[in-house]
Parts: sequence; C-alpha cells; structure tokens
Amino acid sequence: MLETLITLVTILIKIVLIVAPLMLGVAYLTFAERKVIGYMQVRIGPNRVGPRGWLQPIADAVKLMFKEIIIPTNANRFLFIIAPMLAIAPALAAWAVVPFGETLILADVNAGLLYILAMTSLGVYGIIIAGWASNSKYAFLGAMRSAAQIVSYEIAMGFTLVGVLMAAGSLNLNDIIKAQSGGFWHWYWIPLFPLFIVYFISALAETNRAPFDVAEGESEIVAGFHVEYSGMLFAVFFLAEYANMILVSALAAIMFLGGWLSPFQGMGALDEMTAWVPGLFWFVAKFSVFLFLFLWLRATFPRYRYDQIMRLGWKVFIPITLVWIVVVGVAVLAKLPPWFV
Amino acid sequence: MIIEKLIFYVFAAILVFAAARVISVRNPVHAALFLVLAFFSSSAIWMLLHAEFLAITLVLVYVGAVMVLFLFVVMMLDINLAVLREGFAHYLPVGILVGLVILAEMLMVVGRWQLDKNVVKTAVETGSNTEAIGKVLYTVYVYPFEIAAVILLVAMIAAITLTMRPKRQNKYQKPEQQVNVKRAERVRLVKMPAEPRE
Amino acid sequence: MTLAVTDFAVVMPEIFLLTMACLVLVIDVYLPETMRNLTYQLSQGTLIGTALFIVAMYPTKPVLAMNNMFVSDQMGALLKLFICGIVFMAFIYSRGYLRDRNLLKGEFFVLGLLATLGMLVMVSAHTFLTIYLGLELLSLSMYALVALNRDSAQSSEAAMKYFVLGALASGMLLYGISIIYGVTGQMDLAAVANAIKADHEHHTALVFGVVFIVVGLGFKFGAVPFHMWVPDVYQGAPTPVTLLISSAPKLAAFAMLMRLLVDGMQHLHADWQGMIIVLSVLSMAIGNLVAIAQSNIKRMLAYSTISHVGFLMLGILTATKTGYAAAMFYTIVYTLMSLGGFGVILLLSRAGFEADKLDDFKGLNARNSWFAFIMLILMLSMAGMPPLLGFWAKWAVLSELINSGFMWIAITAVMFSVIGAYYYLRIIKLMYFDKPEDTNPLTADNDMQVALSVNGLAILFLGLVPQGLLTVCLTSLG
Repeated sequence: MLETLITLVTILIKIVLIVAPLMLGVAYLTFAERKVIGYMQVRIGPNRVGPRGWLQPIADAVKLMFKEIIIPTNANRFLFIIAPMLAIAPALAAWAVVPFGETLILADVNAGLLYILAMTSLGVYGIIIAGWASNSKYAFLGAMRSAAQIVSYEIAMGFTLVGVLMAAGSLNLNDIIKAQSGGFWHWYWIPLFPLFIVYFISALAETNRAPFDVAEGESEIVAGFHVEYSGMLFAVFFLAEYANMILVSALAAIMFLGGWLSPFQGMGALDEMTAWVPGLFWFVAKFSVFLFLFLWLRATFPRYRYDQIMRLGWKVFIPITLVWIVVVGVAVLAKLPPWFV
Repeated sequence: MIIEKLIFYVFAAILVFAAARVISVRNPVHAALFLVLAFFSSSAIWMLLHAEFLAITLVLVYVGAVMVLFLFVVMMLDINLAVLREGFAHYLPVGILVGLVILAEMLMVVGRWQLDKNVVKTAVETGSNTEAIGKVLYTVYVYPFEIAAVILLVAMIAAITLTMRPKRQNKYQKPEQQVNVKRAERVRLVKMPAEPRE
Repeated sequence: MTLAVTDFAVVMPEIFLLTMACLVLVIDVYLPETMRNLTYQLSQGTLIGTALFIVAMYPTKPVLAMNNMFVSDQMGALLKLFICGIVFMAFIYSRGYLRDRNLLKGEFFVLGLLATLGMLVMVSAHTFLTIYLGLELLSLSMYALVALNRDSAQSSEAAMKYFVLGALASGMLLYGISIIYGVTGQMDLAAVANAIKADHEHHTALVFGVVFIVVGLGFKFGAVPFHMWVPDVYQGAPTPVTLLISSAPKLAAFAMLMRLLVDGMQHLHADWQGMIIVLSVLSMAIGNLVAIAQSNIKRMLAYSTISHVGFLMLGILTATKTGYAAAMFYTIVYTLMSLGGFGVILLLSRAGFEADKLDDFKGLNARNSWFAFIMLILMLSMAGMPPLLGFWAKWAVLSELINSGFMWIAITAVMFSVIGAYYYLRIIKLMYFDKPEDTNPLTADNDMQVALSVNGLAILFLGLVPQGLLTVCLTSLG
C-alpha cells in the first residue's frame, strides 16, 4: 500500500515539474509574441510593467484573475464553464509522453505517438462546446469553422505521423528520437521534408493560429468561439492555445529534428566540446525555433479564407502526404542511408 | 491490483451511467456528449486490459473525428425531441419485450461462457500490441481487411456522388491561374513627361 | 503466416475486378463529357475479364485460400459467372435510360462494379467475417445507387427506407452471428459446423442465433414478414437500379443462405427448417395476393419477387443436395426472368417517361410485336407455363419438395402460383387485346434490343432443354 502511495506522489511531483515550467513558458510566450510582433511592426511592444516590460504577463494574469466571469443569458451553464477545461486538459495531458531527455519522461509508453495524436484531436471539443454553450451566433460560427478545419487537418497531420512511424518503425517517441541519432543530417527533416512542411502547416491549423485563425477571426466574427468568455475562463482558453502551440512545436522537434539529440553528434571535436550541454537544452532550443516561426507567420500572413483553408487541406496536403508515404515506404525497404539503415 | 480494480469499477460505472444518459437525456447535444464520455470510459477500460492500441484508436477515431462531425451535425439541426418522443409510451411494451428477449439470450450465451485465459495473456505478453495487431492484420486478415477498405471507398464514392454539385453557384478561385499571372497583365507602367510649369 | 501465390491465384477474379473498378473510377474523373462511353465500355470489359478469370480458375474441387477465409468451389464459380453475366446485361439495358435522364455518370458503373465485387465476396465467403463484409459492400453500393437520382424525392425516400431497414437487417444478422460465435468460438464456417455438431449443451442459445440469422437473411431476401422495403425501393429507385437490385443480388443472397445455413449450420437444419417454411409460405401468399392489386408494374414485380423468393426457399428447406440444386436453378432462372422483365420496362421508357404503369403496356403488340412477344415469354415463364424455363424451375423445386415429403407445402405453392398467374396474364391481355394509348415508336439502342431479344429467347430455348442447366446446378453442388 505504501509503495503505491509513494509511486502516486512521485508521479504527482513529476506532473508538477512538467506543468509549472510549461505554464511559465506559456506566460512568456505571450510576452514574446507581443514583443516579436512589435519589433516586426517597428514598435517596441509592452515595456511599462517591470524592467523592459518583463512583468507584463504576470500583470495580465492578475488582471484576468480579478475580472468578473460573465455567463450569458440562456447559456448552458455547465458546458459553458467546463469548455475551457476541456480545451486545456488534452493540451496538458499530451505532455505526459513527451521525452525531455533520454530518461526525462513521465510515461514512456509504447504507443506514444498515437496517444499524442488522440490528445490533440480532443482539443477541438473545448472549442465546439464553448461555441455551442455560449448561445451566441458568433461563437457558434467560430465553433463550426473550427470543427471542420480541425477534422480536415487532422487527416493530413495523421498521415505525416504515419510517415514518421514508418521511418522510425516505432510509435514510442524516445525510439523515434533514437532512430535519428548521428548529427543533424540524420534527422528526419531531410528524408521526410514534404511531411515536415505539411506537419508544421497542419499544426498551425490545428492550433487555430494565424493565418488559419478563422475560428477566432476577430475582424469577421469578433472573437469566434470565445467571444462570450471573460476573466479566468477566457484566460484558460488563452493558456490552452499557447500550451498547444508549445506542444506541437515540441512534437515537430521530436519527429523531425531529433528531439533532445545534439546536432553535433559524430562531428568529433565539436561533439566533445558540446558534450556537457544537456539534451533538454537542445530540445528547448529546437522547439523555440518553431515557436518563433509561429509568431513570425502571424506577423506576416493575412488570414486565409475558409474555402481556401479547406482546399489547401484536402486537395494539396492529403495528396502530398499520401504520395510521400509511398516514397518513404520504398526508401525504408531499400534501406536508404543514412536514415534507414 | 486493488487500485486497478478500483479504476476499473470507477470507469465501468461512468460508462454505464453515460450510456444510460445517452438515451435518456432530452437534449441531443448532451446525448452526443454523453456518448463521447462513454467512448472515453470504454477506452480507459481497454487501456486497463493493456490493449493500448485499440484504446487510443477508439479515442482518436470515434471521439476525435466521428463524434466531432456528429456534434457538428446535431448542433446544426434543430431537433425537437418532444415530437420524436411522442409514441414512446405506445412502443414501450414492445421495447421492453424485445429487451427482455435479448437479455435472456445474452444470459444464455454469456452465462455459460468460459473465458479463455490465454487470449488475455498473450495480448499482454507480446509487449507492443500495435505491432502484434499489425502483423495479423496484414497477413491472416488481409482479405477481410482489404474488403473493409473497399467498403470505405464505396462510402466515399457514395458521399461524393450524392452531395457534389458540378456547377458551383459561388465564384471560386483558380489558384493555377493566379499563380501564372504575369506582371504585365496587371500593371502597366506609363511614362508621362512632367508638365512644364506655366 | 504468409500467403502463397496460390492464395492470390484463386482470388484473381476479385482482385481483377477491384483493380479495374478503381481504374474506371479514376479514368472517369478525367474523361470529358463526350467520351463518357469509355467508362461504360471499360466497365463491360471488366465484367468480361472477371468472367474469364472465373472460367480460368474454375475449380474441380473446393479450394480454401486466404487463411480459410475464401472458398472457391463449383457452386461459387457458377453463381459468380451468372452474377457477372447478369450485371453485364443490366449495364447494357441501363445505358439508354441513364443517358436520357442525365444520370449516365461514372459513379453508376463504379458502384455497380463494386456491388458486383461485394456479391463475389459473399459467394466465396468461408467465414462469418467475409460474409458480412461482402454483404455490406453490396448493400452500401446499392443504397447509393438507389439515391443516384438525388433530385427525386421518391428516390431519396426509397434510399432512406432501404438504408434504415438494411442497417436493421445487418444488425440482426450480426447479432445472430455473434451469438453463434459466442457459443462455438469460431468464425470459420467449417469449424462452426464441427463445433455445432460436437456441442450438445448450448442448443437453445444456438437456436436463438439461428433465429436472428434467418431474420437477417429474410430482410435481405425480402421475404415476408420482412418485405416492407421491397415494393417501395423497387418503385422509388431509378429503373436500372431496380433491375440491378432485383437480379444479381438474389444469386448472392442464395449463396449467403447456403453458406450460412447449409455450410455453417447444417446440423441445426431441424431448427431452421420450420422458420424457412413460415417465411416461404407467407412470402408466396402475400407476394402473389398483393401483386394483383398493383397498378405500377415495378411495384407489381416487387411483389412478384417476394413470391419467387418464397418459392426458392422451398428448395432449401428440404435440406437435401438435390433440393439445394433445385433452389439454385430456381434462383438463376428467376434472375434471368427479372432481368428481362425490367429490361422491357427500360425499353419502353424514354426521356420524361418512365413506363412504370401497367397501362403503359396497353397495345404493345400493335406498337412493336417483337418485344410484345418477348414480354409474353417472360410473363408466361414467370407465371410458370410449360414449356418455358420458369415452369421447369418450379417443377424442380416442387418435385424435390414432394420427394422430401412436404406434400401440403407443395400443394400450397401450386395454389399460390395459380393465383399469381392472374397478374402476369393481365399484362399479356393489356399488350395484346387493348388499344395503345401511347403511339410513340420505341427508341432503344440496337445493342439493347439485341440483348433483350437474346434474354427472352434464352428463356424460351433453355425451357426446351431444361435438363442442361439443372444438371450443371446439381454437379456444381458436388
């Protein structure tokens, strides 16, 4: 009995160790977003709260916490309140199988990749339930758009994961990383390049980020699914969106850029010089690149129109992934070096 | 072990509750959401049996895709359940009768059932059951598997045949034409001499 | 477990059909409207090719393949040949009708081919799994085909009914199968048969399973009391689709019945015999009596189908090899007649005119005496007049019934056949003794006229030498 208790407590501690930095990361990602977009638009961004604006996210959080939560008339109270939680829970739960280092992992399960795919596909419930429970046209429109968009892009995303699975021969994320060991030219972004691109763009669409943010579309449907939300409930949606961004970036890093592997593996002197750097550093560095891309794209691209999003997903991405899966299959069978030996 | 049992009973209770609510709630959206809950709990029970592939696939396919589309449709339609429920009392006796017959059969079949212990054991022993399923699916069961694939193809053809309208009413883009646009087709640079000052 | 080359060789007809169906699907998408005929020709070529493969693979003794999920025997091969031939004829008959109504799209042929694939899978099934999958493949294609004319409210309603009741039937069948599986622990039909033979303590549960399976089969066959969908679907569907539904799938359904009840559950025949008797007597009664009251010929033929289904089940309930052969003979003959019957309706129809009223047949003799004669042969054959093929089919079944000692059932069957003859003869009266209301000339394609003539004459001439087909049926059952 005591043993079980101890295991439970250690698991809880591990969860806290993952979630707390993640939440901090989310807070500072919002800050980074405002700063990055600010600089891209030749302004400074937030700079009043704390030194150079560093305390801005904290101030935002405090503000949101003390705001009133308004529940619209005729809204479905229970679903209205539970929707943000449904949005954030899968975004956090998915981190359970993400490897931060060779042994730094909460649950080293066999079907890790599948688990992540399942969890990310659940995020959409928060959005559609929020849209429906709000009893508001705009929110409902946003929810409908989001549901159609996410289901469409999930197919393309699923196929890219199939490509990775075929290349690595395993659904275990650590095995996928280990299959890419041996310097950055061994990583899967080279042999799976089309899938890599498709994955990243689908990830943008799955997280409802610009230029695929029609579910929010503040210029058309005000704020889409969360137009009726305020205070902490709104903040939870916000957290979920950014936690999802970090998650898909981390996944891209794991599947295509070798996760916690050092880019200098097998480079002799350079490898030895950087041997002291922990895998966690490389991992964070890799997914930060993707996060920066997210922000960059938001600052650069105008929003796609709804039918354009659908066309891109169904008529471009799905065929590309299907073709490339066949190519990967041939490459794996032919044991194409240096990736598939 | 005791914790595992506890988890099983918790999820089983949720599953039964959710399944009962699916057919008893008045709001169809709630019914769909309870169905989601039911899928989720049954997936958890599969997980307890170490059938991780099936469990996650259930969530991925049914919860992540099928039910989302289902909710999509249910939310769009304004279903009046009062009308649907009109003949309920009228059909109830027949329904109960059929239910009892089915229950009796279930008892007859399942009551004498001797569970083959090896079935569960081998599933646990093989480790990655994704691989194990894949291996039988593409060898022993390749023929039914392919037929099932053809059935899905038919469903796809049927859906497209029944809904696609060849003449689109709305204007839509032709990206291949947009991409091929040359500068000369859109912009004309005209050189105009400056007007002399009066 | 690896598959050998022989596994694939045996399944070659199915593989060829599937590959070609996919090819037709893709080619059709890129064809300009003016070359739509190519889809038709390719589909017909596919059916011919499949038939050739079946002939090439014609088995001398039953061969199991694909891990015992597929069986290739003579009964299967013969039924498959007829299925291919009948779908081939159905495509010929359908083309003009579809063209006139702007329905001549690749989807009709692709779905038709895939439905054919479903039938072949059912015919060759050797486990519950493949029976069910083949059935679903067939049914799903058929639902879509019924709704093909999507702007017609009647078609949509028919498709909806067909779909809902079809799903219910599949549910019943699956429930029955799961009970049998639960008791025997086997999916393979031969293993199920052995397990049932060895089992003595679960008899009640097995019988419950059989009940559900028979109910499911009854739905799929359209036997009374599970026939409600048949008239509505026959009437609501576009006539070519009605033609498809009423002909080839009956062969597949016969095979399914044989596989499930005879191959899988022959040791329970004492239990299913009674159920089949009820189904067949009711079907003959309701089918023949209600058909008299119909004014729509598609609906009338629907009830006629129900009565024929009752008749063919009579052959099966004898539970003897010769009885099965008679039932098989009856099924084949019925599909040929049904093919011709709906073929004539398609022949009479033209753009904007369905020719599905009985009155549309008035004075056909004056308009075109040749096709009136073909229709005469078909109707007389359906009514069971000697010396046409329909008579011999009925004769074979009845003599088997009497041999097995089901005298009173045979008498009932004859009685209802006599009643049934009335509505067939009424069409003949309309054609020959009434004045035509419609004097438009018949405008069918030449290939269709030839095919229909062959169809009608086959029934006449095969009727003169009935022993041949019957012997083939008998030997194919081993």
